[in-house]
Amino acid sequence: MSYRSTPVPDDALEKITVKGLDFFYGDFHALTDITVGIKEKAVTAFIGPSGCGKSTFLRCFNRMNDLIPGARAEGRITLDGQDIYAAGVDPVDLRRRIGMIFQQPNPFPMSIYDNVAFGPRLQGVKKADLDKIVQTSLERANLWKETKDILGRNGLALSGGQQQRLCIARVLAVEPEVMLMDEPCSAIDPTSVQKIEDLMAELKDRITIVIVTHNMQQAARVSDFTAFFLQEMAGEPAVLVEYDRTANIFTSPKDRRTEDYITGRFG
Amino acid sequence: MASLPSIPTENKLRLVSRATHLKEIGLKNLFLVCACVAVAGVLLIFAFVGLRGWPAFAEVGPWSFLSGTEWNPTDGIFGILPLIWGTVVVMLGALVIGTPLAVGTAVFLSEIATPRVRAIVRPAVELLAGIPSVIYGFFGLIILRPIVANFTDGLGFGAVTAWFILAIMIVPTIATLSEDALRSVPPGIREASYAMGATTWQTIYKVLIPAAKIGIIDAIILGMGRAIGETMAVLMVVGNAPVFPESIAAPIATLTTQIVMDMPYAAGMHRTALFGMAIVLFLASMGLVALVRLMSRFQTSIESGR
Ligand SMILES: Nc1ncnc2c1ncn2[C@@H]1O[C@H](COP(=O)(O)OP(=O)(O)O)[C@@H](O)[C@H]1O
Ligand SMILES: [Mg+2]
Repeated sequence: MSYRSTPVPDDALEKITVKGLDFFYGDFHALTDITVGIKEKAVTAFIGPSGCGKSTFLRCFNRMNDLIPGARAEGRITLDGQDIYAAGVDPVDLRRRIGMIFQQPNPFPMSIYDNVAFGPRLQGVKKADLDKIVQTSLERANLWKETKDILGRNGLALSGGQQQRLCIARVLAVEPEVMLMDEPCSAIDPTSVQKIEDLMAELKDRITIVIVTHNMQQAARVSDFTAFFLQEMAGEPAVLVEYDRTANIFTSPKDRRTEDYITGRFG
Repeated sequence: MASLPSIPTENKLRLVSRATHLKEIGLKNLFLVCACVAVAGVLLIFAFVGLRGWPAFAEVGPWSFLSGTEWNPTDGIFGILPLIWGTVVVMLGALVIGTPLAVGTAVFLSEIATPRVRAIVRPAVELLAGIPSVIYGFFGLIILRPIVANFTDGLGFGAVTAWFILAIMIVPTIATLSEDALRSVPPGIREASYAMGATTWQTIYKVLIPAAKIGIIDAIILGMGRAIGETMAVLMVVGNAPVFPESIAAPIATLTTQIVMDMPYAAGMHRTALFGMAIVLFLASMGLVALVRLMSRFQTSIESGR
């Protein structure tokens, strides 16, 4: 089912390890007791009904939730064994290592070149090296052919699907170790979806990908591992129901609720 | 198929009553009249000022009127360059001081302040716009002028004092419009910047200000308009000497202040020259409005691709 011909070995390293995570938006308890290990250089999909906290969980990995007043996480998340919520950890540095792609393509209103060069410039990369980085990143995002002659054009002038690949190129330009993708394909046309799925298959040789998707076929197509989240009752925190190799989740789920969800009985 | 039952009368679509119809037409015309009054007002004022001021250009000669370096009505010399100069100097100084202050305020309001702080600061800034300009003038005269006098060798009547007063006066215009521009930057862009590992400061100056650039420039242009047009507060502190000043603290005059000073007694060609100055002001503000228009068109064309 997966693009990868050779399956991720069982002893693959865990890039991100989550232990006993609870998450709160003020008084609202959104997630409880999540424990999961995200394998290195693999694609992990988060699936579950809308509102069950998939995005919330994903945004814990790069601490984007820090920006929301009143939001807090309890428990432990480690990246290569280091606690990302430990005192003194710089969320800015963390986000350089863990890139993020959003549902709505969000290129900056500046040239294609400047979009891709944004991250490297923040890191103080020398001007002379930028051209190379921009080209490589656009190539890796499979956007170079379409944009090499229009690098000076505003990123917003591209089509939705191209904009999303531009956002991917922008993230790749800082050589992240992990790429988080929050429903990256739900706001773009089907041809572009195909391109982005192909891209993910190519990218996972170098980076760890976590993708939130509401599309189960997509999860089945692109991921090696799948985590199913569910909020069983309104107002209750969501839980991680099942986490396994994608093939197992879709062919022989262990939990009744997972089976119900993937066979479309609720959600 | 069985024959259709005839439609019972109460199910017929009702026609619009004549009264409603008339009321609709009446209201539509009422609003049209309101809009026409505004347009007619502009046209009338323009025609009036134009007709009264035109001879100044015709008789003094447009070039010697605009670029004449001496304003001496008693001897019949009407060169308004010192006044244009005064207007520009006062405006630019106010912009240089006021713009950073205002844009900083806008950034604070839209990116840094918590909702509660913003709820206090924003109305305070807006209140600045509501203070009558004569009060600013008083403030300048009583508080600022002595301070300026202390630092310079004059009496404190001159461009510098006007700069500070005007700077504060244009802050609400520039700050509130710039804040609107910053707030209308799509939230996704802000998020993308943070997710790329930018700090708040980097997000502000590398992403948000460039994204809101055109709105901010618009705001500054409108602030310029305010600075050029402001009369009373400036009149009270510039010293009102229609000459090229020796220093930034020496008395000068602007187009507006000179008009107010001279209008009560001016007659004949002198009076006409004052209307000529009004034409210059009119054209300047029209130019600024046109500039704002151009900018927004420019923005639309960026967004649509090129
Ligand atoms: N900024 C926020 N403040 C308060 N509650 C939020 C916020 N964002 C999301 N939530 C709530 O948290 C729950 C999980 O949301 P989310 O993570 O967006 O779900 P999903 O991505 O699975 O659709 C929802 O009930 C949502 O209403
Ligand atoms: Mg979501």
